[in-house]
Amino acid sequence: MRHRTRVQGKGRDNRLMDATRTHLLRNRLLPVVSIAAVAIVWQLVAQFIVQNKNLLPSVTDVLGAFLVLLESGRLASDFSTSLTHFGIGVGAALLLGIPLGMAMGWFRDMDTAANPIIEILRPVPPLAWIPFAIIWFGLTPVAAGFIVFVGAFFPVLVNTYAGFKGVPRLFVEAARVLGCTSPGRLIRHVALPAAMPSIATGIRIGMGVGWMCLVAAEFFVGGRYGLGKQLWVSYSLQQMSNVVVYMLLLGILGLAMDVVFRWYVDGKLLKWRTGEVA
Amino acid sequence: MSKLSIDRVSKVFAKKQGEVVVALDDISLEIEDSEFVCFVGPSGCGKTTLLRIIAGLETATSGEVSLMGAPIRGPDPKRGMVFQEYSLFPWRTVKNNITFGLEMRGMPKADQDSAAETYLAMVGLEQFREAYPYELSGGMRQRVAIARALANEPEVLLMDEPFGALDAQTRNAMQRELLEIWEKTQKTILFVTHSVDEAVFLADRIVILSPRPGRICDTIRVDLPRPRERTGPEFANVRRYVLGLMDSCRLPSKI
Ligand SMILES: Nc1ncnc2c1ncn2[C@@H]1O[C@H](COP(=O)(O)OP(=O)(O)OP(=O)(O)O)[C@@H](O)[C@H]1O
Ligand SMILES: [Mg+2]
Repeated sequence: MRHRTRVQGKGRDNRLMDATRTHLLRNRLLPVVSIAAVAIVWQLVAQFIVQNKNLLPSVTDVLGAFLVLLESGRLASDFSTSLTHFGIGVGAALLLGIPLGMAMGWFRDMDTAANPIIEILRPVPPLAWIPFAIIWFGLTPVAAGFIVFVGAFFPVLVNTYAGFKGVPRLFVEAARVLGCTSPGRLIRHVALPAAMPSIATGIRIGMGVGWMCLVAAEFFVGGRYGLGKQLWVSYSLQQMSNVVVYMLLLGILGLAMDVVFRWYVDGKLLKWRTGEVA
Repeated sequence: MSKLSIDRVSKVFAKKQGEVVVALDDISLEIEDSEFVCFVGPSGCGKTTLLRIIAGLETATSGEVSLMGAPIRGPDPKRGMVFQEYSLFPWRTVKNNITFGLEMRGMPKADQDSAAETYLAMVGLEQFREAYPYELSGGMRQRVAIARALANEPEVLLMDEPFGALDAQTRNAMQRELLEIWEKTQKTILFVTHSVDEAVFLADRIVILSPRPGRICDTIRVDLPRPRERTGPEFANVRRYVLGLMDSCRLPSKI
């Protein structure tokens, strides 16, 4: 009897492992298959139907252009310039957005005072700030960073604010009864960790919006380098294969940053939320 | 001099359309040092409100609560509270939940750790010290909340239906644990429960509240020697007596 149970147990283990394996295989394989399919269709359409590099460069055209750019060694400078613009903008958005959102979420007077201003400024599209970015900062990386900042600032602010507004009263009361009474300590030990999921969401959205503002910012105010800048330069030179290279680089980089951020947040910062429905 | 003095406390909540709810009406009670008092009464009779006023989380509309002669103005770690709802900090591990109050007090890390171990052992959750609250069952969470309140070594412990979510066996075990802790530490305990059985097992004194408005309907001193035998005839007598009082407290005529 005991023997049989063990055999059955083993059989179940094997089935489980098989199921996991096919599941894994599917999850790994399907994306590769779909990307390959798109690439093949793209290549066929470009090569045999459109037959015009300026209208639609083919996959091989783009790969060739990418290799040329890679050899020229300028991608690295474009890359670091764009990251500089992005870093300035997102850094400033975090530095200003998080403290302001915290203050507005926690202190009612701050909320009442700042809310109208925020609500008026928020719907102004970030690109509408370009004239002032140029007038205030000239044609510098700071000007491009400023546009990214405007894009990233509001999502960070609004989500931090919402996070602080939504701190459960019970947590605050529990902390006060345990001797954590001053506003500073309550913010640090209760509100900030409780609001962290919301703040992280704000940073993620802010990074996404900031990244989208980057191309336009570099077009208007950037110097000679930058992925967005090069995209426009290539376009004006009718090098459409290069345009696609920069588009894909922007997409992949944006995705990579998001993945790294999410990995960090979910794995380190918000490990305690694993069991909750996000 | 009595330790905790509740002097003619009333609490009125204002509702939206000018309506008012009288949650507590003229509550007066003297609680001795190291006394174990249980509050029983139907849902909505103001038990939580009373504990919150004593904790300093709510202010009485009129009347005053004082501890050793000093009126209560706000929350203080001298008065620990175990909430009716789950109030663990989900971003802290079990151990760091327990040491929260000690951290706030600025206790050295090593002392915090040893205190945490003591109270983890007391509630039988040593294996879960590094777990997050979401990994615990409801009853386990409540045990951590009790450990967290105890670790802070309050003089008065306010407990709002702390064992409501536990199964009967765990509940009985926790009651015995709590009595042991109480006998060891000589804390004053104010304990809200819906279970007459629990009240008779634990209390020196049982306070029966009547609803709408919340008033003290009766108080009973329980003089059975501890440990009390739940199945004994004296226990059953006290139990029956309290149940009878509670029934008559529900009747409007009694007030
Ligand atoms: N913040 C509040 N605002 C308005 N009314 C309130 C508030 N808190 C409690 N009340 C009212 O006061 C009364 C007493 O509530 P309380 O929570 O003290 O009851 P309770 O005895 O603890 O009930 P239960 O056994 O269900 O926990 C209820 O009628 C409730 O609606
Ligand atoms: Mg209650």
